[in-house]
Amino acid sequence: MATDFSTRARPSASWKGEGDGVLLEVKGLKKHFPIVEGVLVQKATATVKAVDGVSFSIRKGETLGLVGESGCGKTTTGRCILQLERPTAGEVIFEGVDLSSLGHKELRTWRRKMQVIFQDPYSSLNPRMKIGDIIEEPMYVYGLPPDARGRRERVRELLSVCGLGARMADRYPHEMSGGQRQRVGIARALAMKPDFLVCDEPVSALDVSIQAQIVNLLEDLRQEFGLTYLFIAHDLSVVRHLCHRVAVMYLGRIVEMADCDALYENPRHPYTRALLSAVPVPDPEVEHGRSLEVIAGEVPSPINPPSGCVFHPRCPLAVDGCKTHIPALREITLGHWVACTEV
Amino acid sequence: MVQLLRIENLCTHFFTSAGVVKAVDGISYDVEEGETVAIVGESGCGKSVSALSILRLIPNPPGRIVQGSIRFNGQDILSLSDDEIRKVRGHQIGMIFQEPMTSLNPVLTIGLQLTETMELHLGLSRPEAGKRAVEYLRMVGISEPERRLRQYPHHLSGGMRQRVMIAMALCCEPKLIIADEPTTALDVTIQAQILELMKNLSRRMRVALIIITHNLGVVARYADRVNVMYAGRIIERGPAREIYARPSHPYTLGLLRSVPRLDRPRRERLDPIEGQPPDLSRLAAGCAFIPRCRFAVERCGAEYPPLESVEGAHYAACWKKDELLRLSVRAS
Repeated sequence: MATDFSTRARPSASWKGEGDGVLLEVKGLKKHFPIVEGVLVQKATATVKAVDGVSFSIRKGETLGLVGESGCGKTTTGRCILQLERPTAGEVIFEGVDLSSLGHKELRTWRRKMQVIFQDPYSSLNPRMKIGDIIEEPMYVYGLPPDARGRRERVRELLSVCGLGARMADRYPHEMSGGQRQRVGIARALAMKPDFLVCDEPVSALDVSIQAQIVNLLEDLRQEFGLTYLFIAHDLSVVRHLCHRVAVMYLGRIVEMADCDALYENPRHPYTRALLSAVPVPDPEVEHGRSLEVIAGEVPSPINPPSGCVFHPRCPLAVDGCKTHIPALREITLGHWVACTEV
Repeated sequence: MVQLLRIENLCTHFFTSAGVVKAVDGISYDVEEGETVAIVGESGCGKSVSALSILRLIPNPPGRIVQGSIRFNGQDILSLSDDEIRKVRGHQIGMIFQEPMTSLNPVLTIGLQLTETMELHLGLSRPEAGKRAVEYLRMVGISEPERRLRQYPHHLSGGMRQRVMIAMALCCEPKLIIADEPTTALDVTIQAQILELMKNLSRRMRVALIIITHNLGVVARYADRVNVMYAGRIIERGPAREIYARPSHPYTLGLLRSVPRLDRPRRERLDPIEGQPPDLSRLAAGCAFIPRCRFAVERCGAEYPPLESVEGAHYAACWKKDELLRLSVRAS
């Protein structure tokens, strides 16, 4: 795949963690997908820059929220971290080791430590397998624990940790509700005793009353097992509840990153402000007194993104310079990073 | 206010091999001219089926409206012939579905799909309909409408397609539009655009709206009145402000408490409704919410509580509604 990196600026500022205690560091991550045309002779005619220079770090025990609208590259970022997609450029440093430079065999030991919870509990569980077998499978693959009895014991333990009864082990996924299936997905992710979990929209397919159950479960598990989460979501209120720090993505780049409270109380990037303003609050009294900053236009195509700052066609603050100059992430107050020249 | 739609004791059941699923089981509500009524509930509570019943779009078999009456604009919907109901659909009542990806025909141009309804219902010639289509596309905020008419649905983004659906629903000047989760498939910023558009247009053209959604924020922002559904029945009804300020059914109270809110300080823990929604083919005699209810008493299992007034136009179907009202008044 021919990709020209020389014309795209790397973000000059990358998030520096506290030094020690950093579990995962992502540096200048890029993932470009070629668009291939032709039947017999295939030719890459364009590239989709799904992730285009993303840097952040996550400390042990921390939950980093990654928010943005569909197509902004948040899921691809998660997949690149897990090495389910091999990044086009950049580093994914987990416990000091650059995973993107490892081969498949070497990755095996690291894969155990990082697991994933998917969005759709209906398609992420094999419909022909019993719940117990689904949860046991990763343990079987890694031979941990090596004996069947030990694994069965662990399945029971995991089911109970995730709020499911032991008899659920003999059921099939179709016999369960969405919330219960998501609990199974979480139990499976915990089977290998991972340190790090990528939660990719874990509650957005669930009903409102069930979402709160799963959010609480994730929070309890983090505390009990000292887990670290990358929480990918588009629901800003859930992210605020669960995350310590939040990064906002737009068209493959991080536009703002800050501590949760700072970001929600004092959003600086015009896109973050628009996102927050667009979320309706479940209270008519509040809603009727609130003015809505609706931003016009739609997310442009990542095949042919706007020049300069990718947000400029929709931005209320845009000046001429935004059309040519790609704003770097800069730290405006301690730990609060914004990629905008006008704030 | 003039009553536009009146639904009384509507029961829509599905007769499946696994038993009778009572998707909608005796609901009554009304919609007045020009107002926005929300139907809120979780998946499987019967909110979509109740809306499809108004247009008689329930697939039969397995579904059937077994009881009740639907009066719209002086007509008895359930006794209309197939020809007559076709004149209501799309003409007097417009419909916007959840999936803008699947509700447009992929092999027909946008123009053809828009003009077809107008030619059929309004008796316009093709050039007249085309002119009107351009007008409506412009009104819903689509740029270069003349060019869009020749495009196919796959040329448009999700938000654009939903705008086309709105133009389609509006172009025959209906009195009522039913919007079934109109923004669930869309991103937040696009959701805000579409909802503002729907609200402004419905006000300007005095079209009544039924919004079916599970999003409590959307309801708070746009609805005048709210019907909360659980397990095929309306369990609480009233003006939006009343329902949010003083929920009087444990389910509504639980829903409102379980969502994190951006305008309030962050809480340590969320307060979920424990348990799972019930299976609609195995409902017991009493209140369907009992297994998840903190307030349940013995009477709840024996008798289904009727939907009765709590105060004024605020109704709830709960034996403990007065106690709950006192509780939520004290909390606010």
